[in-house]
Amino acid sequence: MSIIESDLLGRPSPLRLQALPVATTLLGSCVNLLPFISTAPVLPPFGLLMALAWRLLRPELWAAWIALPLGLADDLITGTAPGSAMTLWTIAFLGIDLIDARPMWRDHWLDWWIASGAILFCALGQWAFGSFVAGGGALWPMVIPTILAILCFPPIARLCAALDRWRLAK
Amino acid sequence: MAPPRHRGRGFSRRIQYGLFFGYVTAGIGVVAGLALVLIARFDPLAFQGIRGLALDMTAPIATATRPIVRGGGSLASDIGDYFNAASENRALRSQLADAQRGLIQARVLAFENARLKRTLKLVGDQSQPIVAARIVGSDLSGTRRFATLAAGRADGVETGEPVRAADGLVGRIAEVGAHASRIVLLTDGGSAVPLRSVRTGEAALGEGRGEGTIEIHSTVVGGPGFRRGDLLVTSGVGGVYPPDLPVGVVTSASGEIATAIPLAQPAKLDFALVLPQAPAPPPIAPPAGRKR
Repeated sequence: MSIIESDLLGRPSPLRLQALPVATTLLGSCVNLLPFISTAPVLPPFGLLMALAWRLLRPELWAAWIALPLGLADDLITGTAPGSAMTLWTIAFLGIDLIDARPMWRDHWLDWWIASGAILFCALGQWAFGSFVAGGGALWPMVIPTILAILCFPPIARLCAALDRWRLAK
Repeated sequence: MAPPRHRGRGFSRRIQYGLFFGYVTAGIGVVAGLALVLIARFDPLAFQGIRGLALDMTAPIATATRPIVRGGGSLASDIGDYFNAASENRALRSQLADAQRGLIQARVLAFENARLKRTLKLVGDQSQPIVAARIVGSDLSGTRRFATLAAGRADGVETGEPVRAADGLVGRIAEVGAHASRIVLLTDGGSAVPLRSVRTGEAALGEGRGEGTIEIHSTVVGGPGFRRGDLLVTSGVGGVYPPDLPVGVVTSASGEIATAIPLAQPAKLDFALVLPQAPAPPPIAPPAGRKR
């Protein structure tokens, strides 16, 4: 396990520094594969929540294009039309970049507002792409998972912060 | 708290170029993503290969964790059953007696039916199921309603084949991997099944709404309409779905539109049968004298 442990100088390994956020985001996408079979959407999109939490916690961690591969992986894992999460996540991340460019006081509440906006945008976009690709489908079944996702963001952000502490630990 | 340290803060030319390159890549990626969605819209089978591969890689997660989830889920109802045992036992006994009488009737009818079909020399399609496999999971978020089946191309499963469980029709195969495939459930917004009401014989179309119910549209103008409790079966019109598979029960009706719930509740499904596609009738010839 030496590749994820610290080296002799006490620096965390580059693999752990770079791969942990990506790996946990992919794991988040995989949560939705847990074998409850449902006829209506019930779980929030954990992949998106993890990605947003990492992005808001560590703005300098990822390049602007990181949402492309992460979104594509989420599309393939959850079986939505390829390209839909890829597009929506990237647009959401670019929007967060625009907000970051404004010098203003940031706190947890503002991060939650930003994440809520991104979640809402992605939910609406997924619905629009879903009905464009396959047709049909009412909008209101998306309401509960979207509210759940917004409520789930603070605990996911705490989880990311804990993971980040381990990631940077000597 | 002060504004976050952003990757944009720096004066190095190299870093500035790197940032610019990142945004250009993101922009190109968004356009490429939109193109992928467009391709998926107009050629649904375009990404069959890569999506099948992803399906094969992720199916073991669901397969491995399914026993744990099932155990946890059934514990609560097991405790409840213990306290209701006596009254439930009485109710079940009377139900069983009723069911047995019905079964004898059904056997007589089945025999008579077979005899009549023989007399008419009517050839039914006695299609054998292709494979029986376990349903291992489903997509819990998002707007589409999918379930994952633990059988793929190696077992003879192909795109478009109907899937049924013991209780009734489940859906149809959307994507196939080597060892796993994805089922579009009846309740998915993209699913439409030609149906027939058992009580009146009225033809109808059942369309999924993405939230657990099926919307039933009558295709007959001024027909007898639907009533709460009507049983719906596939009509077999247009191929794909074989006729007379039970599909759902009407829960509410208003005129020629009704709402039904599927009989095969995917939450309780264990095993499903993949059936061969019913042959579609030959397409109607275009009208004569029309320029193409």
